Amino acid sequence: MPKKPVTFMLNGAEQAAFADDGQNLLDLLRRGVGDLAPKYGCGQGGCGACTVLIDGVPHLSCLVLAETVDGRRIETASGLAGARLHPLQEAFMAHFAAQCGYCTPGMLMAAKALLDQNPRPSREEVVEAISGNLCRCTGYEPIIEAILSVANGGARA
Amino acid sequence: MSEGMIEFRKEFFADERDDTLKEIGRPTRRQDILGHVTGRSPFYDDHLFQGLLHMRCARSPHHAARIRRIDTAEAERSPGVVRVLTGRDVPLNLNTLLSLLDFGIDDEPLLSTDRVRYRGEPVAAVIAETEAQARAAAAKVRIEWDPLPHVLDVEEAIRPGAPAVLDVYPGNRFVYHGTYDHQKLRYGDVEAAFRAADHIVEGRYQMSPIEQAPIETCGAIAAPETNDRFVCYTSTQALFFSLATTAKVLQTPSSRLHFIGGTVGGGFGGKVDSVHEPLAVLGAMLTGRPVKFMWDREEEMQVGAPRGAERWYIKDGVMRDGRIVARKFTGYFDSGAYTRLTSYAVIKAVGHLPGPYTIPNVHADVSCVFTNRTPATAMRGFGITGVDFAIEAHMDKVAETVGMNPIDLRILNAYRDGDMKAHRRLAKNCALIECCQVVAEKAGVQLSNASRAASSRQGGGGDRALLPAYTALDQAGRVSGFEGGSYARKAARSRPAPQPVPPAPGPIGRRATTQPPPQSAPQRPRAAEPPPAAAATPPPPPPRQGPIRFSSLSGFRRR
Repeated sequence: MPKKPVTFMLNGAEQAAFADDGQNLLDLLRRGVGDLAPKYGCGQGGCGACTVLIDGVPHLSCLVLAETVDGRRIETASGLAGARLHPLQEAFMAHFAAQCGYCTPGMLMAAKALLDQNPRPSREEVVEAISGNLCRCTGYEPIIEAILSVANGGARA
Repeated sequence: MSEGMIEFRKEFFADERDDTLKEIGRPTRRQDILGHVTGRSPFYDDHLFQGLLHMRCARSPHHAARIRRIDTAEAERSPGVVRVLTGRDVPLNLNTLLSLLDFGIDDEPLLSTDRVRYRGEPVAAVIAETEAQARAAAAKVRIEWDPLPHVLDVEEAIRPGAPAVLDVYPGNRFVYHGTYDHQKLRYGDVEAAFRAADHIVEGRYQMSPIEQAPIETCGAIAAPETNDRFVCYTSTQALFFSLATTAKVLQTPSSRLHFIGGTVGGGFGGKVDSVHEPLAVLGAMLTGRPVKFMWDREEEMQVGAPRGAERWYIKDGVMRDGRIVARKFTGYFDSGAYTRLTSYAVIKAVGHLPGPYTIPNVHADVSCVFTNRTPATAMRGFGITGVDFAIEAHMDKVAETVGMNPIDLRILNAYRDGDMKAHRRLAKNCALIECCQVVAEKAGVQLSNASRAASSRQGGGGDRALLPAYTALDQAGRVSGFEGGSYARKAARSRPAPQPVPPAPGPIGRRATTQPPPQSAPQRPRAAEPPPAAAATPPPPPPRQGPIRFSSLSGFRRR
C-alpha cells in the first residue's frame, strides 16, 4: 500500500508522518502521531468531535485526506494550554460545559476558531459557530455561556 | 454550574430537614473536567497498542432467517485478514445478561450459528490488520439464508399463530419466575369500581424506541498481557457486568481478565450490554494480539440496543368531582429479539404503577414481548419514563373529561403521606402537591382554593392507609414447563448452604429475613370480603417493611 510522507506543524511543533492511501487526518493524528484529543464520533462529518483547525480554519478531520495537510498548520485541543490553561478551557470548567467530555476537544476548537476571528461574537454567532458540533449531555446552554463569558472578557487575558 | 440555574424552595418541609448542607446548592467542579478540557481523559479508544487488529462483524440482512451455511473462506483469504470468528469459536455461545442476577433463561448467542432474529444480528467477526481490510473482508463472508416469517409488533407477536421469535419463549413473552407470562399488579377490584364510576376514560399510548446515541460509539480493546491475563479497555458503564459476562461466555476465570473502564463518552444507560468485551477478548485470545471491536456510527444506530418501545392501554374509573377510583393498565414492552434488560424494565414499571396517585383499585398486566426488532436495553429511567408519559397524558384526558384544571386534578389525586400505595407500601415524604403548586405559580395557572390549601402532609393516612377489603385475583397468563433456573442458580445449587447471618438491627440485609416483619398497616376484617372468593383464596402474606432497592451489582435488596 503506497504511503505518502507529510510534514506539518502540529500545535506549534513540526511533525512528520506517513499517510496511508485514503487515510483521513483524524486517523493520522490519533494513530500516526499519537494526538488523541480529536475524537471519532461518526466518521462522516456529522458530529464535530474530530474538529481541528487547519491554518486557523475549523475542519472535520475525519473528512480531510491526511496527505493534503502537507505544509499546513494544524491545531488540536492538546495544544490549547500553554504554561496555563486557555481561557476557553477555564471557562468550560467554570461553566460546567462538559459532562462526558467526548465532544469537548472538538467543541473547544470550534469555539477557538470563532474567537480568533471574532473576539466579541453575539450569542447567535456563538450558536452558529458550534452548530456542527453535537453534544448529547449538556443541552448546549452551559457551552454557549462558557464561550460568551470568554468573549465578554471575563476570563480572557 | 451557573448561578441561578436552580431555584431552591427551602420553605417546603423546612422542619424535616437539617439544613446544614455543605455541598447541595453550591457549584462544584467535576473531578474529571481537567482531563476533558485538555483532551487527556482516557476514553477506551485512547489507548494505543502496537500491532492492533480491527474487528468487524458480518450481519444479518433479514429480520428472521435460518442460516444454512456460513462460508468464511473468501473472507479468510482477503488482504490483511488474520482470523474469522464464528459462533463455534465461542465457548458458551448463549447468554442473557440478567443470568448474573439469577434471573432469566440464556437466550442470546454472541455470534449466531443457526438462526437470526433481528436485522443486523452478527454471525461472523472478521479480524484484520486495518479497519478498512476488516470491513472489506466482512462483506465477503458468504451466508446462505432461509428467510423466516417475522413479527415486528408487540400485539401481533402475542396472537396465536404468530411466529415464535425464541424457541425458549414460544408465546413471545418473557416468563416471570417460571410461573406467569407477564407481571401482575392486583389491588382492590377495578371492575366493581368501574361499574360505580361516573365516567370511564380510556386511552392508548405508544412510545418509539429511542437510541441513546452517545457521541463515543460502543466498543472495547483487548490485549494479551504477559501473565496469561487479558487486559480490556471498554466503554462500558457496567464494568463488572461486562467482566462477569466475558468470564461466563468465554468460560474463563475472571482472575484472567483485567478490565479497565470508567471513562465513558456518553452512556445514558445504553453501554451495559457487554457484547463488545467478550468478542474483543476472544479475538485477543485466538490471535495473540491486541484486538479492537468498535461500532461505527451506523452500527451504533442500527444494532445498538435502544430504549425499547412501550405500548400502554389505560382505563380509568372517575367520579364527577375528579377522584380516580379505579385504574387498569395493559402494557407491552417491546424487548426486540432477546431479553437483555427488558424483563427487568417491566418489573420497574409495575412497581411504579399507578403513578404518584392514591387510587383504591388498580389492576395491571404488563408483558415483556419478543419481536424481530433490535434488542432493547437500558436507558435512563427505563421502565418508568415511558409509562409516566402514558399516565400523565391520561391525567390530562381525565381532567378534560371531568372539566377540571389538570393541575387541580393531580393535586386532588396525589399521594399524601401515610397513604397505602397499590404495591402495598405506605407513601412517605410525598411532595407532588407542593411541586404542582409551584408549577402553577410559575405558569400563572389559577388553582382552586382546595388545591392552594392542600399539603402532602395533610389528609393522608387513616382510611387511605388501609389495604382494600377485597382484591380480585386471577390465574390468567399462568404457564407451566418453565424452570425458573438460570446460570447463577445452577451454580448456587452446588454451593454449600449459606451460613446463618446474625439478625441485623432494623429492616436491612437480604430479602430472606428470619421472620416476617410486623404488618405495617391495619387491615379491614376479613368478613368484609365476599365469601366465595375469600374461601378460595389464601390470605395474602403480610406486607414487608422497607422499600426494595435494585442494584446492578447485588440485585434486589431491602434497605
